[in-house]
Amino acid sequence: MIPEIGHFSLALALALAIVQSVLPILGASRGNVVWMQSAQSSAMGQVVFVGLAFAALMRSFVVSDFTVLNVVENSHSLKPMLFKIAGTWGSHEGSLLLWVLILAVFGAGVALFGSNIPAATKARVLSVQAWISVGFLSFLLFTSNPFERVFPPPANGNDLNPLLQDVGLAMHPPLLYFGYVGFSIVFSFAVAALLEGRVDAAWARWVRPWTLAAWMSLTAGIALGSWWAYYELGWGGWWFWDPVENVSFMPWLMGTALLHSAIVTEKRDAFKSWTILLAILTFSLSLLGTFIVRSGLLTSVHAFAVDPERGLYILGLLGLSIGGSLALYAWRAPEMEGGGLFRPVSREAGLLLNNLILAAATGTVLFGTLYPLLLEALTGDKISVGPPFFNAAFVPMMLVLVLFMGIGPFLSWKRADIGGVLQRVRFVALLCLAATLMLWYVQTGAPVLAYVAVAAALWLLFATLREWALRIKLFDAPLSESARRARALPRASHGMTLAHAGLAVVILGMVGSSAWKSEEIAFVRPGDRIEIAGFEVLFEGVEKRRGPNYLADQGRLKVWRNGSYVTTLFPERRSYPVARSTTTESAIRSTLAGDLYASITEPASDTAAKGGAWTLRILYEPLVNLLWIGAGLLVLGGALSLSDRRLRVGAPRRARRPQPQPAE
Amino acid sequence: MKRMLAGLPLVLAAILGAFFLWGLDPERDPNDIPSVLISHPVPEFALDPVPGLDVPGLATADLSGNPGPVVVNVFASWCVPCKAEHAVLSRFVERDGVRLLGINYKDKPEDALRWLAELGNPYSAIGSDLDGRAGIEWGISGVPETFIVGGDGTVLYRYVGPIVGEDAVAKFTLALQQAQGGLS
Repeated sequence: MIPEIGHFSLALALALAIVQSVLPILGASRGNVVWMQSAQSSAMGQVVFVGLAFAALMRSFVVSDFTVLNVVENSHSLKPMLFKIAGTWGSHEGSLLLWVLILAVFGAGVALFGSNIPAATKARVLSVQAWISVGFLSFLLFTSNPFERVFPPPANGNDLNPLLQDVGLAMHPPLLYFGYVGFSIVFSFAVAALLEGRVDAAWARWVRPWTLAAWMSLTAGIALGSWWAYYELGWGGWWFWDPVENVSFMPWLMGTALLHSAIVTEKRDAFKSWTILLAILTFSLSLLGTFIVRSGLLTSVHAFAVDPERGLYILGLLGLSIGGSLALYAWRAPEMEGGGLFRPVSREAGLLLNNLILAAATGTVLFGTLYPLLLEALTGDKISVGPPFFNAAFVPMMLVLVLFMGIGPFLSWKRADIGGVLQRVRFVALLCLAATLMLWYVQTGAPVLAYVAVAAALWLLFATLREWALRIKLFDAPLSESARRARALPRASHGMTLAHAGLAVVILGMVGSSAWKSEEIAFVRPGDRIEIAGFEVLFEGVEKRRGPNYLADQGRLKVWRNGSYVTTLFPERRSYPVARSTTTESAIRSTLAGDLYASITEPASDTAAKGGAWTLRILYEPLVNLLWIGAGLLVLGGALSLSDRRLRVGAPRRARRPQPQPAE
Repeated sequence: MKRMLAGLPLVLAAILGAFFLWGLDPERDPNDIPSVLISHPVPEFALDPVPGLDVPGLATADLSGNPGPVVVNVFASWCVPCKAEHAVLSRFVERDGVRLLGINYKDKPEDALRWLAELGNPYSAIGSDLDGRAGIEWGISGVPETFIVGGDGTVLYRYVGPIVGEDAVAKFTLALQQAQGGLS
């Protein structure tokens, strides 16, 4: 009965979405307040009904209701409760339901918190949001019903893919989707602005909190996914340039560009059509990700079951939403421009450069991801594009970006004094150079690019801190004066400092863990010793262990450093009899300096289980934890910026310069 | 000009869309990277043995006129996955009596010797492909790569990457059984 309630709720949500997609926008063009107001309640209604459907599906998973096909295919009665719950979004159908739920949440968010938005604009935004809802709710209901029943019900389920039975991954899709789908509301704002033919500073301020919220979730989601790959896949890598990773990374790059260009629109009333285009493209790339993951278009390690019919349906949705919005853009964007003029050296120019590089980087990732498809379509050749391409094309772009990122915040609006800026960062540059040379002296042997990257990251870190210190006159004024200035500084400004520093920390983690990584692969018998990066590792043997729904071979490794005992590691190889697959559970000793990472794979021969040799893989990854710490700083910086007074209050602050006028 | 610029994203999106539409063809399998060699005779090549090793070199002639299918493995001591794969290949030789032949790809003989001394040598012949010419003839995309060659010298199967992990081993075993079944 409860699954049917869920199914019915979805149908009701679709009906509401259809009404919301027509009535408010008509009301906005006719000046009918009641019609405009209807969006308010229908947006709330949608979130209630989709939420109900989601709860119904989750309940089926929690109680292991094996009359529901989705539960049979993705759950098992012996599975731990957390993973039963996570199974709700572990399948194509369930994750799409989560997608639609988040879509509704953002719509309701605007309905609830958007009291500072004019009624007509709000009505248009919510109608556009409802267009997306109609598309995806109908997709869900007509091609991917999560409440499908089976008869007769089987005694037990098929289990969720064991690789996905992991705490990190249980939380990964919700965060990622919150980011992906969060950009939908920014898209709706952009389309509404195109329909109205008006973009101004106020518009940029309305979309900022939503962009920030989506960007933060996406950042956290990507970091979590990368962390999962790091400790679960057993290779010790954290990024593989896999198509599915790339499609989550592209909206992030575009979203980052959008965050920055929207600042110019807000403060200087410029870059308007560019900001709108970025808003459309960011969500388009999110949709593209949804499409690629669910259509089997490209080869990847983690895709959903392939169904060409579904692929066609999503492609149709993509055509309508992306094609429609870009056509609207082509029609309306040329009419809106104007805004402030600026010199080639100014904060505007700096942010423009940021946008150009980020857009080029996104283009590169897009091209690399789709190249196998394009080539196959044109010549029939089948190839795959691997990390070498991406590293060669992407890394230099990022280095240039980071170089200018250090200077950018020093630049003033309209025209900046480059001489003065260079003078202020001269000390920072020297400091980086000295630190890098010292590193070179202590740690020779890494590729030149690694030292360049370290220098770039240090440059960004120091320059960012220097800019912050200058703003609050740290060390130039009494500490109490600095503290007063720090309090007076807008939180968005602190947020920027934190996020930029966070990126520097991430880069340090990336370089440290790839350029200075040590790796040993060995066949070991109990009693064998291995030396790596100053550690001595003793393999004591393997024991069998039984988990709730798996069997494990657990290795035992004692670790010493300089003769003193450090820790014991227990890497595991788990086999899941129901899902008929195996996973590696690596054992990691984590410190800020680096991770000692061990995993056991195949027994080296059939006799291994009886005391023979095992394949042991040990890695030492210096600084790898800076990746997650830096990602945390990025998110924290976003959160600080989100809590800025001007976004909370909504009313423009009393500013020194006159308020920007609406365009045209 | 401005109009054309504003229309550019739409045009690009439409072009991409057309590619996607083509790509959705259910007959298409993006995971399948075929080899042009499949069901063709092995390419012409002749490799000297690794100096200091007690097994002979490898040439085209060694691959035809065998009583059953043989396995040709491209490996190198600098290739980390090869080390993991070595155990699996050894097991095929010891347990199933597979005849395993090696192409030692762009590897210094002394490194290869040390590697084989440490891990054991399951290969009954190894050609030293110091300059990688034979690798080009075989059309390999990297190491390791493994081919199954029929008794008559026809390439029957190609596996790209290390045969490590249950899925990979099962896949390869199946191909090997098919190759053996097809001839007996």
